[in-house]
Amino acid sequence: MTTMTYREAVCKALADELRSDEDVIFFGEDVGEAGGVFKVTPGLFEEFGGNRVRDTPISEQAIIGATLGAAITGLRPVAELMFADFIPVAMDQIANQIAKYRYMSGGQFIVPLTIRAAQGVAGGFGTQHSQCAESWLMNTPGIKVVSPGTPTDAYGLLRGAIRENNPVFVLEHKGLYNISEDVPDDTGPMELGKAQIRRQGKDVTVVAIQLMMHRALEAAEALAKEGIDVEVIDLRSMVPLDEEMILTSLAKTNRLVIVEESPHGAGWGGDIVSLAADKGVYYLDAPVKRVNMGGALVAYSPPLEDASVPNVGRITQAIRDVMTA
Amino acid sequence: MAQALEVTTRQAMLRRMLEIRISEEEIQKMFMQNMIRGTTHLCVGQEACSVGMAHAMQKGDTVTCTYRGHGHALALGMTVKSMMAEMMGKESGACKGKGGSMHMTDASLGLLGANAIVGAQLPIAVGAALTYQVKKLPHVAVTFFGEGATNIGAFHESLNMAAVWKLPIVFCCENNKYGEYSAQHKTTPVEDIAIRAKSYNMPGIVVDGQDAETVYAESKAALDRARRGEGPTLIEFKTYRYRGHSRSDTAPYRLPGELEEWQKRDPIDILKLRMIADGQLDEAEFDEMKGAAEQLVFDAVEYAKAEAFPPVSALWDHIYYEN
Repeated sequence: MTTMTYREAVCKALADELRSDEDVIFFGEDVGEAGGVFKVTPGLFEEFGGNRVRDTPISEQAIIGATLGAAITGLRPVAELMFADFIPVAMDQIANQIAKYRYMSGGQFIVPLTIRAAQGVAGGFGTQHSQCAESWLMNTPGIKVVSPGTPTDAYGLLRGAIRENNPVFVLEHKGLYNISEDVPDDTGPMELGKAQIRRQGKDVTVVAIQLMMHRALEAAEALAKEGIDVEVIDLRSMVPLDEEMILTSLAKTNRLVIVEESPHGAGWGGDIVSLAADKGVYYLDAPVKRVNMGGALVAYSPPLEDASVPNVGRITQAIRDVMTA
Repeated sequence: MAQALEVTTRQAMLRRMLEIRISEEEIQKMFMQNMIRGTTHLCVGQEACSVGMAHAMQKGDTVTCTYRGHGHALALGMTVKSMMAEMMGKESGACKGKGGSMHMTDASLGLLGANAIVGAQLPIAVGAALTYQVKKLPHVAVTFFGEGATNIGAFHESLNMAAVWKLPIVFCCENNKYGEYSAQHKTTPVEDIAIRAKSYNMPGIVVDGQDAETVYAESKAALDRARRGEGPTLIEFKTYRYRGHSRSDTAPYRLPGELEEWQKRDPIDILKLRMIADGQLDEAEFDEMKGAAEQLVFDAVEYAKAEAFPPVSALWDHIYYEN
């Protein structure tokens, strides 16, 4: 076991991949000599040099396009987009290019690239630096999307993403960079597409990721005192989605709450509702609740920011609601 | 005029330009007869740009290009059969029928893809050049685009990044005077796109895009420069498209007489007449070469017509690589 923060786990995953495969390269804005604006990648430039670890201009389209061109000619590039809010700046390269390049060519290429970006609310970053990006990406077949919520997953899923012969987005939560845990020393690249039960329970299934998953666990502890036994599923991977684990849990608990740190419209929570309605409707004993931002935006002012994304109180209330429905 | 090339190279370039010209004219007919769906963008009049560059390239060099990309594909060695089958959405097409007219791709020939989004192919070429630099390979990435693409952000980002990293890449602007339906002067404040290279501290050169031998010579110089590790070049090929932007565009916006003026400098005629003047070709031999190209295209169309469509199950193939 090694105790490490989420931030250190990301850096270790990059270092281990750069060390073990010379086709892995890493680039992005300020990721090299400066060590990243979130101080996630210090030391990589010094260890691996400027040929393989590069600072880029502020050019998101060129960064993503370059990962694609590099991936189809023999490298295994990893790029950082800094804030996930910058994803739309490069959306052509993401939605029209990296996602479709293998397909349009009739399978002539593999596209082994990884894009990291930091998302989520982390205290005062404001409207354009706090968004979560899963739902922007999930309407684009051809890419995979993972959202690690713990240091162990931050390490293993990033390594798994780099090992993938497909384009993968690794969305890190910048509000979790400082959390730490003991990471087993034998943790290696993880298979994408597997959810994990973070807390066993028999009364209600709560599906969440990252910060919302941690808040759901807090809500579960509070509700345990009221005699409500909550099961918390950490999806970890959005594409592919572990449908089986969700349905198995639903068959046991018969109740479902989904917590998203993002707006309601066309949000990923709708896919979970759709799954429950399609393949799990006979398990359900109560209406399904989605706890999310509704139609709100993240604001800068502390009370407004706190009110924008689900907090423990809102999650707790939603669980009570489905228990009494 | 550039230095004369070997007669075999001249013959090969002339033959390839004829194959492109005849293929494009045939494709237009097939679209009008509803034998092909969707849309198409023809490069008739611009053949020397792709053919000159392709002959200057070496094995291992790669190309990304535009939806006006049939010429680039054939210039790099895609067979007319493979292209026509792709055009008709057949399983034996270059992309198994998944790409169509705008996405001619053959990785085995170094053709990394034709793109349907204006300017999107430039960052991809930057990535290919990055591979060659990181892995210290002696290859060069080449990317073709129109003058209209030089007004899109990806152009700026790509030239800037390539220059900062001194990547082995050649940016080839085929300036055919019209961005879709709009004349260049309406959308672009400079006449010579090549001067935009100045902002990126890279050489920018204006080249006669109707003369295959000049294209070859200037392409070779830029490729050599990139291969020596001296960084990117922006080449502007002055050229002209004889057809409209896409299949339904009859180009009513052209200035009167403009097309006819450019046709006086037709790329096929220029090379043909030069070879005749040098005693390397006569009219009968040219007619024979043209007839052979027509037969090749005719046979390819007949072949493609008879080929099978992909099974519907192919819809689900190649979305992800499956381990």
